[in-house]
Amino acid sequence: MTVSQTTFRKALLAPDKPRPDGLTDGAGHPAGRRFDVYRNNVAVSLTEALEIAFPVVRKLVGEANFKLLAAAFLRQHPPSTPLMMFYGTEMPGYLETFAPTASIGYLPDVARLELAIRESYHAADAAPVDPARLQGLDPAATLTLAPSLRLVRSRWPIHAIWRFNMEDGPKPSPRAEDVAVLRPDLDPEPALLPDAGGTFVDALLTGSTLGEAYDAALAEAETFDLARNLSILIGANAITDIGEPS
Amino acid sequence: MLDTSTPSFDRLPDAPGVGYKPQHFSDLLQDAGSVRWLEIHAENYMGDGGRPHAQLRHLSERFAISVHGVGLSIGGEGRLDPEHLARLKHLIGRLNPASFSEHLAWSTHDSAFLNDLLPLPYTGETLSRVADHIDEVQETVGRRMLLENPSSYLAFDESTYDETDFLREVARRTGCGLLLDVNNVFVSATNLGTDPVSYIDAFPLDLVGEIHLAGHDEDHDDHGKPLLIDSHGREVAEPVWTLYAHVIAKGGARPSLIEWDNDVPDWPVLEAEAARAAAILETVA
Repeated sequence: MTVSQTTFRKALLAPDKPRPDGLTDGAGHPAGRRFDVYRNNVAVSLTEALEIAFPVVRKLVGEANFKLLAAAFLRQHPPSTPLMMFYGTEMPGYLETFAPTASIGYLPDVARLELAIRESYHAADAAPVDPARLQGLDPAATLTLAPSLRLVRSRWPIHAIWRFNMEDGPKPSPRAEDVAVLRPDLDPEPALLPDAGGTFVDALLTGSTLGEAYDAALAEAETFDLARNLSILIGANAITDIGEPS
Repeated sequence: MLDTSTPSFDRLPDAPGVGYKPQHFSDLLQDAGSVRWLEIHAENYMGDGGRPHAQLRHLSERFAISVHGVGLSIGGEGRLDPEHLARLKHLIGRLNPASFSEHLAWSTHDSAFLNDLLPLPYTGETLSRVADHIDEVQETVGRRMLLENPSSYLAFDESTYDETDFLREVARRTGCGLLLDVNNVFVSATNLGTDPVSYIDAFPLDLVGEIHLAGHDEDHDDHGKPLLIDSHGREVAEPVWTLYAHVIAKGGARPSLIEWDNDVPDWPVLEAEAARAAAILETVA
């Protein structure tokens, strides 16, 4: 009797299903709970990967609940590549549909922020642009932002929630927050963007000129402060090139 | 034994190494003790940059590096993932490590990666498949690889080869070398009721380019028989040290790695394990 990898795999991820036939203890007895060593290895290692990826989601739902969440998630979304550092990209959407978490509105965006931080950590290195080139920027110029920059926009106070849970920040109060994950050197730092900063950074990321990005931000909030937003980016080595108008 | 020559990192020294953990970065740069080389899990360095790459650049200036893949699924029924193979080629090209190794196991099926080293039966069919996959790997990355023996918790009815014969034949067909994990030998032999010393005596030690040592946990199967789990979370067990000494006495000194991946200890505890391997290696120096 042969045991196909399809059979093996299905039984691995379905602990309530019978174990495959054709597996023994080496002395002719059925493998029995020996098969469960593999089941356990898969579930435990993937759960640990998710715990590392989502420390704030874990704190918010509680350790025991997170294990239940992970157990359900990993069966529906096993990793699609061996790069465990990127495992869990489906988590924000999953949190919206998973019944026990579906009512916690801010949770998916917190998960998005955690994914963004991890992506930033592993993103390519890039040297910041020479500060001299940042003097007297032409509105028709485009800015290239660092590959490690991630923008997460939320109608929830995700930056405050993240800080409250990771850095003993003040208690969050309800409001929308846009966060740029910046990596001045090797450690990603989530930075809260001021009014319309999310719109400004989003425009730059999608190739708008500085002038277009400024106009878009100003249209959203009259209080938009260009110098302040630029200084957040420059201070975190997040501008890596300037596309001068031709 | 003083070595005053410029260190060369194009092969692993016949000395102890450890599986690299980022928490040991500064310890390693300050005083590596008996540790002469480092092994990294390939997949952890397949991002685009950042701290993992920066640390690896520093370490590769000071230590010979072994790249150990855990995600290629060489024993898989399907074809090797071309994207993963390309990532591996890129990493090896960038780092030019002293050694590259992978496992006799599978982990990917139907595009799901299961993050464990899963077992395969030893048959003529699986032998051809594994050999074809290793040919493809070696051609792609442009170097010889080492294939590691697994730890087994069960056996397949359909198997027709002993593991040692299977590995020897894979190596003969592909020209690959072997990575002998002595803890895996002890774990598998205990779990399947075979003799670990006989396994070593049947193993083609001349093909061994690297040895692994690690700790295991103890459990029991449904019949109360010992079931050892290859957990990499504690000191190397006494009988594994004894078996390792047998391997070294019989096959000579080899690059020998301490693997400690879970509940990672402070540096002095890990270094003490490496020092113990060094003492055994000294007996044949």
